[in-house]
Amino acid sequence: MTKDAIAARHPRSPEALLSLLHDLQKANPENFLMPDDLALAASHAGLPLAAVRDAVTFYSMFSLRPRGRHIIRLCESPNCHLAGAWSALDELRGSLGVDVGETTSDGAFTLELTSCLGACGVAPVMMVDDEVVGNLNPERVRNTLARYREGR
Amino acid sequence: MNLARAHVLVGVDDEARLAGVEEVLAALREAVADFDLSTEVQVVETGSLGVSGHGVVVAVQPDGVYYAGVTVRDARPIAEEHLLKGRPVRRLLLPTTAPAARPADVLTRQKRVVLSNCGVIDPEKIEEYIATGGYEALGKAVTEMTPDAVIDAVKRSGLRGRGGAGFPTGIKWSAVRTASDPERYVVCNADEGEPGTFKDRLILEGDPHKLLEAMAITGYAVGAHVGIIYIRGEYQLSIARTERAIRDAESMGILGERVFDTDFSFRVEVRPGAGAYVCGEETALLESLEGKRGWPRIKPPYPVTCGLWAKPTVVNNVETLANVPDIVRLGPAWYRTLGTPTCPGTKVYTILGNIRYPGLVEVEMGTPLRVLVHELGGGLLPGRTLKGILVGGAAGAFLAPTELDVRLDFDSLAERAAVLGSGAVLVMDESACMVDMLSSVLRFFRHESCGQCAPCRSGTDVLVRLIANLQTATADRRTLDQMVQIVDAMRAASLCPLGQSVALPVRTAFAAFRDEFTAHLAEHRCPQCQTTARAHGLHA
Repeated sequence: MTKDAIAARHPRSPEALLSLLHDLQKANPENFLMPDDLALAASHAGLPLAAVRDAVTFYSMFSLRPRGRHIIRLCESPNCHLAGAWSALDELRGSLGVDVGETTSDGAFTLELTSCLGACGVAPVMMVDDEVVGNLNPERVRNTLARYREGR
Repeated sequence: MNLARAHVLVGVDDEARLAGVEEVLAALREAVADFDLSTEVQVVETGSLGVSGHGVVVAVQPDGVYYAGVTVRDARPIAEEHLLKGRPVRRLLLPTTAPAARPADVLTRQKRVVLSNCGVIDPEKIEEYIATGGYEALGKAVTEMTPDAVIDAVKRSGLRGRGGAGFPTGIKWSAVRTASDPERYVVCNADEGEPGTFKDRLILEGDPHKLLEAMAITGYAVGAHVGIIYIRGEYQLSIARTERAIRDAESMGILGERVFDTDFSFRVEVRPGAGAYVCGEETALLESLEGKRGWPRIKPPYPVTCGLWAKPTVVNNVETLANVPDIVRLGPAWYRTLGTPTCPGTKVYTILGNIRYPGLVEVEMGTPLRVLVHELGGGLLPGRTLKGILVGGAAGAFLAPTELDVRLDFDSLAERAAVLGSGAVLVMDESACMVDMLSSVLRFFRHESCGQCAPCRSGTDVLVRLIANLQTATADRRTLDQMVQIVDAMRAASLCPLGQSVALPVRTAFAAFRDEFTAHLAEHRCPQCQTTARAHGLHA
């Protein structure tokens, strides 16, 4: 689907800005918003480009820099902290060879930390793209990464 | 529901998906068909059954039998032994090892109003919601009641906002009703982000029509024709289920033009957030809905007169709204039989941490904390002792075990200088370090401070650095006093509740666990703090 076709599915109103940005970002394999996307969103929603940039830089789910094909978000809120999120973080850092905020050299994964994901019953928890992966331990982290590396 | 001899309810939530629930569902349906039971037994995909940490959970009703950790291999034994021969499969029963509370009791001992349908009906079938009395209240409101009568019923019920502040819902509604501008909005705050809270997710995924019904009733009462549900961007399943529910309700003429063939029209839209805790603050949420960064507005004016697009707007939390249909259907007098005189009704809590049965429970307002921890939560793990409880989420209060008899309602907690907040109850045993836990709370606030006002922007940053000193044994005698000064300044000068509320966890943690904090001042090797410091690249 072209970017214009994506925009056409949203009302031409500032109210649609966040959902439009989500869709534009998802359409880029590198999970980020390109300058052209911001310009398109601005003209579609009827907002100045500066206002769109202002919003994009505020929300943690948007990125202006290219990211991996898969975004890993590890929860660091108190409940996951208590349940041992750090051993999962150690494993993620070790297996991926990157630190928080970085992307693996093959472009497969970007590692991020996040606030509570609302899946506390299975803490510690991370999200890989739209999937919630809980009860994390080093083995589960390794298996999940392998599953995504093999394309599911 | 259809007339079937038995229903096999399969809880589908993120945890179950993780454990392969799709395959289990398919296997159960196949097994039921293989044993020729399709006409008698219905396999129903439903929202979370309220049990966490046990993989795929399956309930067989009306038998009240709960199976835990169900896999594809277990489908045939369940069909053959239980559904065909009537003998529950013992090895799969939800563990009942705790003498204090058994999970089956945990489920039956609750008082479910808000969650009455969650885990019972198929949330993707509007017919099942209607079969349980759903949309009756909306029909009654628009055909038999005046808007003022609806507001009066909600006022007399004593319903108070469940988002944390506890403001009387009926008073909020009547302020919008009497506003001079005829263009008004109903906004549902589903930007659930308080750490340790997932009650709104359960309602959105387990019973979305209840929320839609409540929003339409609200719209009728206040004179609004548009409702908007702001759901946090990470809740993909919630967004999908709610959007589907809206389409189904519109196709049946329940939402949209001419609701129940009256002159009242009401349409509902879903808007996703994009990752910002502060958008749970109502004015930040409104800014976000207008396509802007989620910076809280200065109040007054309040949203009831100057909300979305500067129009009068009701902003209610998901759980608050989920109480409304039953209040209208069964009346305020019924509602007042639940809870306490000043806080009627029920409250949904999430019990988490070092506890035997983590999960979600709904009980009457005013239930003692002890009942939640030791009965519904099943108590601590064997051999462990209770050290502290964080009640109300990150913006909540650290309580010592001596506070277990506090009653959980807005007023009883306020007397103890604590808050009910979102209803998150995080239980910690002796393995937890309170300095380390507070450091996690403070890092949360630093990450989520929106940066608009200086007290919160700078305050959260300095607090994280000071507690890092405690964790690396580089703090000095003044550190704790400095932290108290900062949170007091933030409480006095921050623009919104985010910055103002940091004082609560800090002050209560210091009060209840003073010795542990002062021990961290000296040369101290705390393993938890060292792990955290290493993860953050901090060095002594």
